[in-house]
Amino acid sequence: MLRYLIRRLLAAAVILLVISMITFFIFFALPSNPALLACGKTCSPSRLLEIKHSLGLDQSITTQYWEFFKGLFVGRDYGDASLIVHCHAPCLGISFQTDTPVLDTLLQDFPVDLSLALGAAVVFLILGVGLGVLAAVRKGRAADKIAVGAALVGVSLQIYFVGLLLMYVFVDKFSILPTPNYTPITQDPVAWFQGLILPWATLVILFLALYTRLSRSSMLEVLGEDYIRTARAKGLPARTVIIKHGLRAAITPIVTIFGMDLGSLIGGSAVITESVFGINGIGKLAVDSVTNSDLPVILGTTLFAATFIVLANVVVDMVYGIIDPRVRLA
Amino acid sequence: MAIEISPQSVDVAPPSSFLEVRDLRVHFPTDDGIVKSVDGVSFALQKGQTLGIVGESGSGKSVTSAALLGLHKGSRARVSGEVWLDGDELVSMSEQDMRSLRGNKVSMIFQDPLSALHPFFTIGAQIAEAYRVHHKVSKAEARDRAVEMLKRVGIPQPERRVKDYPHQFSGGMRQRAMIAMSLVCNPELLIADEPTTALDVTVQAQILDLIRDLQEEFGSAVIIITHDLGVVAEIADDILVMYGGRRIEYGSVRDVLKTPEHPYAWGLLQSMPHLGGDVTERLNPIQGSPPSLINLPTGCAFHPRCAFKDQVPDDRCSTERPELLPVPGTDKHIAACHLTAENKIEIRSAADRLAK
Repeated sequence: MLRYLIRRLLAAAVILLVISMITFFIFFALPSNPALLACGKTCSPSRLLEIKHSLGLDQSITTQYWEFFKGLFVGRDYGDASLIVHCHAPCLGISFQTDTPVLDTLLQDFPVDLSLALGAAVVFLILGVGLGVLAAVRKGRAADKIAVGAALVGVSLQIYFVGLLLMYVFVDKFSILPTPNYTPITQDPVAWFQGLILPWATLVILFLALYTRLSRSSMLEVLGEDYIRTARAKGLPARTVIIKHGLRAAITPIVTIFGMDLGSLIGGSAVITESVFGINGIGKLAVDSVTNSDLPVILGTTLFAATFIVLANVVVDMVYGIIDPRVRLA
Repeated sequence: MAIEISPQSVDVAPPSSFLEVRDLRVHFPTDDGIVKSVDGVSFALQKGQTLGIVGESGSGKSVTSAALLGLHKGSRARVSGEVWLDGDELVSMSEQDMRSLRGNKVSMIFQDPLSALHPFFTIGAQIAEAYRVHHKVSKAEARDRAVEMLKRVGIPQPERRVKDYPHQFSGGMRQRAMIAMSLVCNPELLIADEPTTALDVTVQAQILDLIRDLQEEFGSAVIIITHDLGVVAEIADDILVMYGGRRIEYGSVRDVLKTPEHPYAWGLLQSMPHLGGDVTERLNPIQGSPPSLINLPTGCAFHPRCAFKDQVPDDRCSTERPELLPVPGTDKHIAACHLTAENKIEIRSAADRLAK
């Protein structure tokens, strides 16, 4: 098991390395000049060269990548003799725009995405699987049709519609909730919770359909299996048959998708939700960095998101081993 | 107050047998029509006796056995008729009451144990679970019981194997584990649904011996469902031949296998190779395919495939459904065929001459 885990983690590191290279080289294929952007409106050619030099853009692409790669492990110094800024390892570089180390910004924004992702994920997983199981058990009857229908409506609505609608109803019209914002949980747990209810709700509505349908179909498949008939033939109560024997087997594909979704949500894929509610998370950071041609931030956010998705996959595989004994030996 | 209605209607005679099935019907409504999987099946079985139910795929064997366990309750299937087990009527019994009988008084060995056992739980846990549903015992006691059962069905090193998962067992061992699970509560009625189909011949014999030994030990009634007449000849006392969800022949194994009365039973017997037979001779399969259970052929359901329907005058085979009539000179042998006794003797002797 441990050897398997180590092997998987090494493979994950290689994937991240490749992703960083691809991001790096794609950036230089773009028709944009970050130095010009950093230089501002009143820019002289000498000033431009100076900035180019200080950003390291005057070196070859391979050298630049090597510097970046080295920085990940040993840290990096920026600037010239007059002003040296040291970026500690693991150094993802310093933003062209704000001159702050990218990692600091990421770590600062990370709790936002973590709160957003975890809160929503717990709800849509439990609710989605619950509805899916209910729909499967009551297949063809009213409960099934309502659950599947509601889920379909949810997924058909877009975030910017649901989000704004929720904001209008709960914040503007009836003032039940405060305007969504992010307060660190350590600072004020109540404000943290209240401020995130609507973003969570939006994400739940978006993901619920997927999980309801997924667990419904997975459950239906499992309920048709011979071992479910065996469980009934043993005289087990319906609840035990459905939850212990049925759901245990039906959960496998759900775990896979959930791992991926959670990984990408933590990594900042909830960018639309972030911007609808004006919450500044990693998603927004990533989008801004692309508009500003801010290479270190682009690289940083991409790698950050990739790390979570890759890690989520490793975790999913580990969980598989716990769920399915047949995987354990392989 | 509403008038109390006795669940037993007046004309229902108390059953004299341990198990008595009367006019059992299991119908499944579908978009294409009603699938009559089981359509009026009756039989009786005493404790310590074995009944073999024979028929090709889709003849209603497995659906019948599922009905005996009440597994159609809560599904869309419509079950009617009566199933009397030791004084209780199972068709009208509530799911709750039925559940306490399942796996306890009545249990079932399923075919293909790899899919019938849960892949995510250990063999021991699955056997112990079956025991704990019906007995108030601790987990440790149930586990000991599981080990004991594994030992009894001949699994070596049961203390170690009890912690194994189904995929770590061989096919024969899985079927043994399945049997251990179905016997864990000492059932009085054991239904074995093609228990040896997925196994090779040597293991088949072992499993049949095991079922027989355990039956002797516990004195249970056994129903064995199969399409293998060899299995029935070896293990059963009575035989029920089903076709299209109906009974077409029923009687003691001796009577039915020695002097089968229905052309379908002849066909089943002829399609089996004989150990002493000529190896160059081709086997004689029954022509055609099983009938649609939505639209059974009129008259005798077997008539489209029957080679002897021309010997019955007036096309009766396709117009008139033959009744199950007792065979003269036998105890309980009945068959549903329009052929006269003289016809049958003639045809059988012709077939015997051919075989010799």
